[in-house]
Amino acid sequence: MFPRPIQTQPRAAQITYQALLPLALIMWLAPLIAVAIFSIKPDVDFTTGNYWGLPSSFEAATNYGKVFFASDMPRYMLNSFLITVPTVIGAVALSCMAGFALGVYRFKSNIWIFFMFVAGNFVPFQILMVPVRDLTLDLGLYNTKTGLVLFHIAFQTGFCTLFMRNFIRQLPFPLIEAARVEGVAEWRIFWYVVLPLMKPALAALAVLIFTFIWNDYFWAVVLTQGPESQPVTAGITSFNAQYRAAYHLMSAGSIVAAIPPVAMFFLMQKHFIAGLTLGAVK
Amino acid sequence: MSTTSPAIPATEYEPPRRSWYKRNEIAVTPWLFLAPAIFFFLFYVIFPIFQSFNISLYDWDGLGEARFVGLGNYQELMDDSAFEVSLWNNLKWLVLYLLAIPAGLFIALLLNQTVTGIRLYKSLFFFPFVISQVVVGLVFTWFYDPTFGLLNAFLGVFGLGPVNVLGDPTLATYGIIAAGLWPQTAYCMILYLTGLNAVDPEQVEAARLDGAKGWKMLWYVIVPQLKPATFIAFVVTIIGALRSFDLISIMTNGGPFGQTRVLSFYMFEKALSEYGFRMGYGAAIAVVLFLIMLVFIAYFLWSMYNEEKGAR
Repeated sequence: MFPRPIQTQPRAAQITYQALLPLALIMWLAPLIAVAIFSIKPDVDFTTGNYWGLPSSFEAATNYGKVFFASDMPRYMLNSFLITVPTVIGAVALSCMAGFALGVYRFKSNIWIFFMFVAGNFVPFQILMVPVRDLTLDLGLYNTKTGLVLFHIAFQTGFCTLFMRNFIRQLPFPLIEAARVEGVAEWRIFWYVVLPLMKPALAALAVLIFTFIWNDYFWAVVLTQGPESQPVTAGITSFNAQYRAAYHLMSAGSIVAAIPPVAMFFLMQKHFIAGLTLGAVK
Repeated sequence: MSTTSPAIPATEYEPPRRSWYKRNEIAVTPWLFLAPAIFFFLFYVIFPIFQSFNISLYDWDGLGEARFVGLGNYQELMDDSAFEVSLWNNLKWLVLYLLAIPAGLFIALLLNQTVTGIRLYKSLFFFPFVISQVVVGLVFTWFYDPTFGLLNAFLGVFGLGPVNVLGDPTLATYGIIAAGLWPQTAYCMILYLTGLNAVDPEQVEAARLDGAKGWKMLWYVIVPQLKPATFIAFVVTIIGALRSFDLISIMTNGGPFGQTRVLSFYMFEKALSEYGFRMGYGAAIAVVLFLIMLVFIAYFLWSMYNEEKGAR
């Protein structure tokens, strides 16, 4: 193990390390902690300049209450869910199939199709912006959640296929061959042999895509406007315009907007990290 | 396409009238499975790339008639000082963003211990990556704020005057990059933590017996073993740097005096903002960005291709 386990070091070093950890963490998260503190302060603290002192009263309930009941925030959150969940389902379904095809079968163009997905996934969004916006307008899907979902599914399929294909390559191939010898139809092999083995990959991809899509801002701005279809990342800017200089409310709003992916991460941590670091070890 | 997979051998005893699908099952199935993904991807990703190339040759406001101008848009770019600023800023982003890799490795080394509660520490250090860039941008805007920002509160303790990071044309870009490095470092950290987990303990012990320690150990024994993690960290960091848009849009909106623009932001501004809809010009900027990216994409694909050849 590297670095040398701290347990083998002198007592003093161990104590220093244990004391240093929380300190380092607080410094690392300081900007965020500041926002969390702001979000429970009352309005008056900001007008009197009491930014860093103790809050004159704890207003967490009032501030968060306002965010939830007196603003468009719940609407934006709902939009975000209605965009994120179908995208996750669509992208995972498409890439499962594509990954299966590229991972199991050998045919000439296999590697080129695979590289098409990989390369497309690296492309800067901006090169797609004008045509995709146009396309969405032509389809009559501008400023709809469907328009956003369809694009997200297509774009995420690149990354997801890369992920799925590499995962399927690691599965024991003799299993599939055995099924073929038994005369099992190919689609049944997919459904009954491969898919059950892919459960960890499915979970990992689902949480990753959920986070990516929830946090998307660029496409939300390009393809939607207004509270009827904008997700929370885009909505927060209008929210902030509405409560300009009301830092306690803006802070509370930001925290609310960040909660779902954070909750997803803490609940599904193992899968999340497994997904992110696939390929980081040989 | 050809059938190279071992097909089911015993077909002689089957009745002769098998359907076409049954006879070609192994060759056809992959295409059936691929069809929806390929269709979506071509429609929304691959074709638009070529369309952008085409649009960049026109003068077009997105609604009216498009007028063919050839390379006119590109010629205009050559004399556009805002474009030049954006290009330089992109370079700053690329170079400075790479700091996330050593910084991530450093934190990973710090946390690669087995004391109580270390798992929670690891997740909390990773946590900035999960938050959307929009929120990161807001958080850092307030962090830098000259009147109530934590940064200036901290500087004030040492008697240093308030710095208006985002209001200063020379500092603003660095301020935004620092904000971007926060989640990016967290990402690199998690890659390296996973990599460190897989470092061969026997090699480490052998090196220790040979008297290697500290930096030497890290550089000659550990880092080479972390190569796959470093490759991924490099890929995601480069892509992240060239895609930077959210933070700039939230934190400064390109200002002050347009000094924080990068290509991705400038393109958006030209094509879709109050300055008028110049789709062709925007597309030309996007093409330049794409060509820069293409250098890296080609390198990534080439590395992957070599690996694939080794694998099978």
